[in-house]
This record gives sequence, structure tokens and C-alpha cells, in this order.
Amino acid sequence: MPTGRLAVWWLIASEIVIFGGVLGSYIMHRLGHPEWANQSVHTNTWAGAFNTFVLLTSSLSAVLAHNAASRGDGKRAAKLLWATIGGGAVFLVVKSFEWTNEIQHGYTITSNTFWSFYYTAAGLHGLHVIAGMIVMMFVAADAAKNKELQRVENAGLYWHFVDLVWIFLFPLLYIAK
Amino acid sequence: MSDNAHAPAAPGAEPSNAHGHAAHDDKFYIRIWGILLVLLVVSVIGPELGIRVVTLITAFGIAIVKAYLVLKNFMHIGVEKKYVAYLLITMVALMVLMVGGVGPDVLRHDGHRWSNVAAKKTVEEGLKAGGGHDAHGGEHKAGEKPAEPAPAH
Repeated sequence: MPTGRLAVWWLIASEIVIFGGVLGSYIMHRLGHPEWANQSVHTNTWAGAFNTFVLLTSSLSAVLAHNAASRGDGKRAAKLLWATIGGGAVFLVVKSFEWTNEIQHGYTITSNTFWSFYYTAAGLHGLHVIAGMIVMMFVAADAAKNKELQRVENAGLYWHFVDLVWIFLFPLLYIAK
Repeated sequence: MSDNAHAPAAPGAEPSNAHGHAAHDDKFYIRIWGILLVLLVVSVIGPELGIRVVTLITAFGIAIVKAYLVLKNFMHIGVEKKYVAYLLITMVALMVLMVGGVGPDVLRHDGHRWSNVAAKKTVEEGLKAGGGHDAHGGEHKAGEKPAEPAPAH
């Protein structure tokens, strides 16, 4: 296995522990605190569902970029990576509107423990989205010149993991009312 | 140092991915994406029925199916070296171990010789205060008056 890909798998393994700790703690507290249901009704399911659609679509463009790179088509891979970055940007814009609305309504990170978990888990995930976008900008710049095409898959693996985390955050924070 | 596993394919050669397996064409991935979107719609509609079992299956059961589809088809875990899967499973097992170890203290607020007075008080106050949600149990609307958040614990 190429060293770069092995390193990404190690990174993903460590991320499982980080997000697993947050989500595991959230699930335990959620089950032990029925009053959180009174807070979770205020999260915006449609915004969460739209963002799930955006991330799933950006995962598609990431895997298509990998496919293009496998064929040696760096230019197409770069275009698809930019589409993935665009998906990340849309995700963050939706999130910022959502958070602004919630904060304006008095639901802040210190309101109670439900909101603390909400902002911590979604915020940590948002930071990973930003990190993935920055990495992909560098990878796309090289891929456009047909250089370092193996990195397209590595960046894609990381992006799919970020998508995976959101797949679990969505029902936990937005659907379980 | 680069280890370029994606050298351009020779003209006429069978396209392959970095794992040395025949690559899927783009249509295959678009099909998987379509299935993921259908599952997303089901996971949003299912809980609207308000039946607990249906909510659990459609929201959380489908999340597991979606995660499996992404891992298998987008991350190609099936054709990756076996130890990668073992590594990931080990990390998930560590998470389960943590939850199993801490869970009894967090989920229950009473034991044989202890009582979590603060947690019980928070639950009681939180249930009494409510969340200021509307009769539809829905999300807040623009211009709606801020609700009084339940006290922190």
C-alpha cells in the first residue's frame, strides 16, 4: 500500500476515536436526559437534510475525481475536486445561516448541555470540512498539471470520512426530536 | 517523496484503480449516490410518522446502511488491505468500550449507594421549563421570540 494512503487510514482511525468519543458521550447523555427533547426540537431538520444532500453529492464528485485520476486525467480530476470544495463551501454557508438563526433565538453553546454538544460536535465537524477543503485546493492545483495524482484518492478518503461523520450527526442532532 | 500509484493508463489498457482492481465507471458511482439520496429521503420522512420503532429504523438503521455504502463503494474498503478494516474496527470497539464503561453512571441517576442529585434536578427542571417549542413541535421561525433555554447543569 502506498505510504500516503496508509497515513490517511491512520488519520481516519484516530478521527474515529475523536468523533466516537463525542458522539458516544452525546448518545449516553441524550438517553439519560429526556428533557433534551425540549431543546432538540429547535434544530432545523430541513437545513440538516439539505446539508446531508450537499455532502453526499460532494462525496460523489470526490470519488469521480479519484476515478479520473486513476485514468490519468488530471484536468478532470482537478475540476471534480473543485466541485467537491464548492460542496464544502455550500455546507458551511448553510451552517452559518443555521447557527446565526439559532444564536439569535438564544440557543448558544452555554444555554444547556444539549446545545453544548450540538455546537461542539457540529463545530468540530465543520473544522474538518474546512481542513478538507484546504487540502483539496493544493491537491487540485497539482492534479490540474497531472502531478501527484495519487493524492486525489487520499484527499477523497478523508472527505468520505467527513461525510460518514455527518451521516451519523444528522439523525442524532436533527432527527431524534 | 511521492509514490505515484496513478500513472496514466496505457492506451487501450483496462482502467484500474490504485488497488489494482478494475475501476468502476462513473455511472456506477452515480447509481450509488442515487441510492444514498433515496435513503436520505426515507430517513427524513420515516420519523415524521411519530412511531418510535420506525424512527429508530429509518433514522439510525438507515444511517448505518448509508455509512456502509460509502465505506464499501466510495472508500473501497472491500478491496483495501485487511488490516485497514481491522484497524477501523478496533477504533470503533474502543468507542464501544468507553460507552460501556461510562454508560451506567451517565444513563442512570441512582444506584445502590449513590444518587446523582444534580442530574436528577436538571432533568426535573428541564422538563418543567420545556423548551419554548411551538405546538407543532417544530423548528423556530424567523422573527419568533427567543425561548427561555432550560438551565445548564
